[in-house]
Amino acid sequence: MKKLGLFGVMAALLRREVSVALRQKGEVLTPLVFFVVVASLFPLGVGPESALLLRMAPGVLWVSALLAAMLSLQRLFATDHADGSLEQMALSSTPLGLLVAAKALTHFLLSGLPLVLMAPVLGLQFGLESHSLGILMLTLLLGTPTLSLIGSIGAALTLGVRGAGVLLSLLILPLYIPVLIFGAGAVEADAAGLGIGGHLSLLAALLVLSVFFAPLATKTALRISLE
Amino acid sequence: MNTQKIHWFKFSSPQNFYFLAGRMWPWFAVLATVLAAVALWIGLVMAPVDAQQGQGYRIIFVHVPAASLSMFVYLVMAGWAGFGLAFNTRLSGMMASALAPTGAILAFLSLATGSLWGKPMWGTWWVWDARLTSSLILLFLYLGFIALQSSIDDPRRADKASAVLALVGAVNIPIIYGSVYWWNTLHQGASVTVKGASIAPAMLWGMGLMTAAFWMYAITMTLVRVRAIILDRERHTEWVKHAVE
Amino acid sequence: MAGANGVGKTSLLRMVCGLAPIESGQILWNDTPIHSQSDVYRQDLCYLGHLNSLQESMTVNENLVFTAALAGNAPEPTQLQEVLAHFGVRGRGEQLVKHLSQGQKRRVALSRLALSQARLWVLDEPFVAMDEKGVRMLADLIASHLGKGGLAVITSHQQVDIGTIAPQMLELRA
Repeated sequence: MKKLGLFGVMAALLRREVSVALRQKGEVLTPLVFFVVVASLFPLGVGPESALLLRMAPGVLWVSALLAAMLSLQRLFATDHADGSLEQMALSSTPLGLLVAAKALTHFLLSGLPLVLMAPVLGLQFGLESHSLGILMLTLLLGTPTLSLIGSIGAALTLGVRGAGVLLSLLILPLYIPVLIFGAGAVEADAAGLGIGGHLSLLAALLVLSVFFAPLATKTALRISLE
Repeated sequence: MNTQKIHWFKFSSPQNFYFLAGRMWPWFAVLATVLAAVALWIGLVMAPVDAQQGQGYRIIFVHVPAASLSMFVYLVMAGWAGFGLAFNTRLSGMMASALAPTGAILAFLSLATGSLWGKPMWGTWWVWDARLTSSLILLFLYLGFIALQSSIDDPRRADKASAVLALVGAVNIPIIYGSVYWWNTLHQGASVTVKGASIAPAMLWGMGLMTAAFWMYAITMTLVRVRAIILDRERHTEWVKHAVE
Repeated sequence: MAGANGVGKTSLLRMVCGLAPIESGQILWNDTPIHSQSDVYRQDLCYLGHLNSLQESMTVNENLVFTAALAGNAPEPTQLQEVLAHFGVRGRGEQLVKHLSQGQKRRVALSRLALSQARLWVLDEPFVAMDEKGVRMLADLIASHLGKGGLAVITSHQQVDIGTIAPQMLELRA
């Protein structure tokens, strides 16, 4: 039998997550549809005046993307916990922190990336011009992995708990605020002709911090939930 | 006075701490009352009327101390929680649980007083200034902690899980506060504060004493609350059965 | 390990695995507490609990490949076929797990043991809900594992003959 290195194990986990997701396509599409629906609610709520919508667009699209990314977090560990696979991962000789990071990465690929690709379409509905659409996509691309990583902490903490879905949102939405401020802020700043180097560096810094610290918190929370 | 060294570790058992806390809290209650009385006298009577804001600014003597202390309490709570997680002590988790409601109340008080200040100043009940918004987010962090604790049945697991949450929150607080302050300066919002140049020394004394008063109050309430938590968690032990007779 | 229902066999097994916290006492592997050598200990450990740890929407082979990968192994396709055949689920490699019967799922879960190279097997009621043939297969597998110098900690209601090796019995009472 061949031996697998660390990358081999993580690749195996990635392959597993992706193949499961592709066989349950509905679960991948639901957050995307949610994104479209929520973003469309705002014009219905505030009126179709184009100047107002244009002004609101970065914030509205970012908030809708954030909520949609959060939707699928609950299932991150729940199905594996129910069939015993999560215990096997916790008992694996591969560090749980790495496995958790791989899970967050697949969450980004299956949830975050579709949002990034869908955002420009919605942006057009709000009247954003093509340059702003590009910045929007870039900020979402930098921000959604962070959302997946921070979200995995919440998913691990609320595993198997009553009312997990709503509790998860309450726990992690405050933690999402910095990403929201810098992400939406970048699009606005760009539209106002100001530089966005600062925003993008801060988003990148948040991503790097999450990559290093979120898996640590998540794996601690998972072991606590498995006790 | 007993010249023997105090064996502090003795008090890490819930039973011993219960009785220690029982003797300690009245002292802190007295301190809190005295400090608050002095601070209020300074704030309401002694401090001069502000040039721009008139008498209404006096609410700062409650608003700023409540806001600062609510954040301090969160860090202390996270500290206890982290200690409990690292050393697997039961009492640390109970202390963190006891601190949470007080911290939440202080955060809420900061919001309420900020709101009361805003109405006469700007005619609105809420202003998205940096301190108020940060206090609001801090309140959410407290509520999240309390909600997570109450939704997990097993107390040990609840303590450990909320400890992780408190630590993650504590690490994030500087980042969140920083981003909110940055967001606020960008959007040039109204500010719930007294301008720096016109802060009289009396005002600083008043705020300082009130902060100390709130601190003593927080300690009092935490000690009282932790006693109730100890009784609840340890109710199956012999000493509790005797204590509640 | 024997004992009535609810006496704590599963909890004890989970402590042996390092999943559940220990109030007092220690668990030693190679004379070292398990918590100070988690990574090494987990390499030597294979745990089978009540749940099958099988992802329903994947095929049998995909599941086996994944669980082997978690242990750092990459089995050859021929090895997979052999193992499935040995456990009487020959040729079902490409079937989705959700299309198997309960008994077949359990056998697939057990075939994970055959692919494992861990020294210590921790099995929670592995003989439950298995027919005579299945019990025999598993007993032989455990016997050969023990013969190669492996260890097995098993909880069971029933008395099962594991070849010529006499088990060390531990009875738990409430």
